[in-house]
Amino acid sequence: MSEVLLAAENVTKQFPGVLANDDVSIRLRPGRILALLGENGAGKSTLVNVLFGMYRPDSGQVVIKDETVDLHGPDDAISRGIGMVHQHFQLVPPMRVVENIVLGDEPTKRGLVDLDEARNRVVELSERYGLEIDPDALVEDLPVGMQQRVEILKALYRNADVLIMDEPTGVLTPQEADHLLGVLRELTETGLGIVFITHKLREVLAIADDIVVLRNGKVVGETTPSQTSESGLAEMMVGRSVVLQVEKSVATPGDVVLKVNELEVNDDRGQIALDGLNFEVRAGEILGVAGVEGNGQRELVEAITGLRHPSVGVMEIDGEQLTSGSPRQITKKGVAHIPEDREKHGVVAVYSVAENSILNRYHRRPFSIRGILRRDVIRGHAQDVVDEFDVRTPNVLVPASSLSGGNKQKLIVGREFSDEIKLLIAAQPTRGIDIGAIEFIHRRILEQRDKGTAVLLVSAELDEILGLSDRIAVLYDGKIMDVIDAQDADREKIGLLMAGITD
Amino acid sequence: MSRSILRTVAIPLVAVVLGLLIGAVLILSQNASPSTAYTALLVGGLGDADAVLRTLQKATPLIFGGLAVAFAFKAGMFNIGGQGQLLIGAVFAAGVGFGIDGLPMVIHLPLALLAGAIGGAIWGGLAGTLKATTGAHEVIVTIMLNFVAGNLTDWLSANPWKDNSGNNIVARTPLVEDSATIPTLGAVPVGFLLAVAAAATCWLVLERTTYGFEVRSVGHNRNAARYSGIKVGWIMGSTMAVAGMLAALGGAVESLGVDGRFEAGVNVGLGFEGITIALLARANPLGVIPAALLVGLMEAGASRMQFKAGVAPELIDVIQALILFFVAAPIIIRWLLRMREDTSEQLQLGAGWGKS
Amino acid sequence: MGQVMKPQQRQLLYAGLTVMLVVIWIFYSANGPQTTAVLAGTVRAATLLALGAMCGMIGERSGVVNIGIEGQFLLSAFAAFTIASMTGSLFMGTVAGIGMGLMMGWLLAAMAVGLKVDQIIAGTVLNIAALGLTSFFYDRSRSLGMGKYTNIDLGPLADIPLVGTVFFSRPPLTYLTMALLVVVHVALFRSVWGMRTRAIGEHPGAADTVGIDVLRLRYLNVTLAGGLAGLGGAYLALEAVGTFSRAMSGGRGFLALAVMIFGRRTPFGAYAAALFFGFTTALQNQFQLNNTFDIPPQFVGMLPFVVTIVVVALSGLVGSMRDPAALGQNYEKG
Repeated sequence: MSEVLLAAENVTKQFPGVLANDDVSIRLRPGRILALLGENGAGKSTLVNVLFGMYRPDSGQVVIKDETVDLHGPDDAISRGIGMVHQHFQLVPPMRVVENIVLGDEPTKRGLVDLDEARNRVVELSERYGLEIDPDALVEDLPVGMQQRVEILKALYRNADVLIMDEPTGVLTPQEADHLLGVLRELTETGLGIVFITHKLREVLAIADDIVVLRNGKVVGETTPSQTSESGLAEMMVGRSVVLQVEKSVATPGDVVLKVNELEVNDDRGQIALDGLNFEVRAGEILGVAGVEGNGQRELVEAITGLRHPSVGVMEIDGEQLTSGSPRQITKKGVAHIPEDREKHGVVAVYSVAENSILNRYHRRPFSIRGILRRDVIRGHAQDVVDEFDVRTPNVLVPASSLSGGNKQKLIVGREFSDEIKLLIAAQPTRGIDIGAIEFIHRRILEQRDKGTAVLLVSAELDEILGLSDRIAVLYDGKIMDVIDAQDADREKIGLLMAGITD
Repeated sequence: MSRSILRTVAIPLVAVVLGLLIGAVLILSQNASPSTAYTALLVGGLGDADAVLRTLQKATPLIFGGLAVAFAFKAGMFNIGGQGQLLIGAVFAAGVGFGIDGLPMVIHLPLALLAGAIGGAIWGGLAGTLKATTGAHEVIVTIMLNFVAGNLTDWLSANPWKDNSGNNIVARTPLVEDSATIPTLGAVPVGFLLAVAAAATCWLVLERTTYGFEVRSVGHNRNAARYSGIKVGWIMGSTMAVAGMLAALGGAVESLGVDGRFEAGVNVGLGFEGITIALLARANPLGVIPAALLVGLMEAGASRMQFKAGVAPELIDVIQALILFFVAAPIIIRWLLRMREDTSEQLQLGAGWGKS
Repeated sequence: MGQVMKPQQRQLLYAGLTVMLVVIWIFYSANGPQTTAVLAGTVRAATLLALGAMCGMIGERSGVVNIGIEGQFLLSAFAAFTIASMTGSLFMGTVAGIGMGLMMGWLLAAMAVGLKVDQIIAGTVLNIAALGLTSFFYDRSRSLGMGKYTNIDLGPLADIPLVGTVFFSRPPLTYLTMALLVVVHVALFRSVWGMRTRAIGEHPGAADTVGIDVLRLRYLNVTLAGGLAGLGGAYLALEAVGTFSRAMSGGRGFLALAVMIFGRRTPFGAYAAALFFGFTTALQNQFQLNNTFDIPPQFVGMLPFVVTIVVVALSGLVGSMRDPAALGQNYEKG
């Protein structure tokens, strides 16, 4: 058996304006789990893409099974036994499980795909590794945990002896995540090596044999779980000591601002996504909505902000019935919305920072009068937002696409907070941004709460929910399983609720 | 500033040069002389006052047609329905132009233009509204509406609105009244001035008004537009209506200012040239004017080119297709000029047929 | 496989077919020759649409919209006609038509896949270029001295009343098209190529990560599909009409797209839709021939186009007709 299953040696990779990997070396041995830890933008994905043959390094080399290799593409890596489970699943939704698994390496009979043979192999594989699955199910009908299983089987089908897992627990409940870690541990017993990429410190300590920490494209630390702690890892990752928990005072809830009664909402495919929701949010409190993504969070946010019409039920904002109100009517009531997907909803990439700073208020004074835009006023406003919310940009006329994710997000937050607001809907407000920006945005959200704004915080990051919320509602399969006070909440309890278990 | 203007016009300019160069090869293949042909083309389009008038007349519907495509582009829609919208505008303007008499010009002429414009707005708006309500792709719908408009205007000019004077057997309307005829100021047709005014108005609306902001937002990011409270469906419908109105005005000006009537089959193909013009102008309403003048000049000179050099006037169509190819695939020119990529200039329209 | 029908849909389909057969039988009993003529005309009009629809569906299944089928028809018809007239061989003309279709397909692929031009614009370039080139090079004096393709009777099958005339006494390219429907169906839904093609249209990233070269496969597919449109052009010039005329494709390249959507991007579905569209055309011809009704020909002429608008609008409303997820998007690696 080889000494080293997979290694990067002094890999450097430059992109226009960014040195994504700077002399990075890592080494994975058989039967071990190597955790690759780092913030967003630290260079983890670039390194993995180099190892998987998607990018070619500018200098340095990739070693697979003790042999220096020159990878020309993913198929090169695959044929050498490297399997990758991407953060965003690389599955074809309307195709069956079996078709997805064999795609690219199909068994054939008389020139046609031999699906019976493929099915047999998949069944055999899933029995051998204890990864049960229905080979004929359509991938789009499977829950995310199962889709991830398809991804793992896809790699095993190609005889992978290295598995690269990119942020694999982001879409799972804490219990599902624990289960996955167990499965991975078992897989290593057959000699498989695993590269585990994450930004979650707890998981690293729970599963890794070796830990490599990346920051700004460089390796800044190598350690093992026994030699370090969460705060030690966090410091290594960020380069300074980090407050893992934001300071926060006790909430003083006031009147009910958002009230939702028996709300029923359909998803894009016309299926029920929210099934009779009841809850309220009071002024000066943060209601966190926890849950695995895809359990109705998006539909909830869209229904409240007027982007999606509920089929049944009533929604009141500040005492006014706005169940099927338009986004504009709802904004007018003093509702701010930080959308979950900033690229899709939050900014117009080709618009300037200035134009983005008035995206949902261009029609109001002072930004326009009688249908004519006032460009000086708009620029002045944009400059105020940029100054106050620490948006790093050369000026307000550059396109938003030139900003980093964190700066785009601060621009959105700045825009939404530039009015007096009564209700804030914050969906995944810190997704994919650096820790500095996360801290900044968390503090601003808490400030809003303290000013008496009612906040509905929807997040897939349990730590964020636990850190900010005053009360926590857990969403599962379109229903609220329970609403608990933040003091009484812990991961275990919420995790079970996230999986739909109530007793 | 001047540098960025240079960058903006470099690609269209080189595209035109390349188009003419390949056109020259085609001329050679027909055993004719490119220099004779192109000289004739130039003289035919600019040689004297008559030639200039012809060029401006040819450019007028092209400006309107180019605006019809460019304006829809801004909302992320591809209006291939210029042809149908133009026909509708032409026939309705002619209908009002010959159908009513006894009105003073200040009322009759605007009324005839308005009739054409409204017809076009309905024709274009239909495609936009269908897209907004059912998700039907505007490209398919506008193409189909072209054929429907072709049949409808054929029927109108062959049956209820037919010119029955003398022993006319052609499908055409009677001549429009003098009070509905667009006059000419020296070598400048008033229709051309209208077209230039329309281009300027389009630019102002798009860049300086909240409506324009809404249109551009829908064009760049439909989801963000919805998020910001813009009624996306209304913008799609109204933008296509405006686009249809612009194309129709081109047809109306043809009927009222050039042909003096509507005649079936005369305007065929004119509506498609708007696509070339709009792409050549990079969807900028002001850029539409020089682009249309250039193509108008080629068309005005085409018959002289045939007469002097023996080159079929259809060569102009081929050159236009080549120009379209080069502006649509700017990467070729960028490579020739060693220019760096500028993503903001890319147009992206493609999407499914069923969903919006 | 591929497109699974729900039981209710299947029942609806069978019910519809039964009703149709009964109606045909009633009409046939009432007026045999005319019914036969209409149905034969239906098949004739459907062939071109089916070829265009197959060209479109291979592109769209791979994620590339082909709106240039109209231009592919036209230029291929021109090439087929010119070469057939020069060589005196219909076969050579057909080969030239297919070759021109392949070239146009390659050009579309070069623009839309290689140069990443917006796919709709790329197709429009083909259409405008085809119209310009064929007009420029059109030579009125040419003709097909030997006439067009003639019917071939398939032995005793051709003697069956009605069905024989409609399906088994046809010219060669019609038979070829029917055979291609089967070939394309099997290829799309049973072969490795088909599975990969569907994958790159739905989720090119997924295909890429298992080592499928997305751009190369799209290139190949759009080029090959052009060959089908090229055959359509040859059919138009050498079998259906027997000559070339300016803009003779008359919008049928666009109708083919509607046929493709209506047929849910499957060959047999598309053929059914093509027969339906072909029926409206055939009916229109019969009306005009017999003056059956007093409807102006222009209104009858509008019918297929109006039907297409309705079809496209309905396909947006009926959720079951889903586009390939990556349709129209140019693929960038990484």
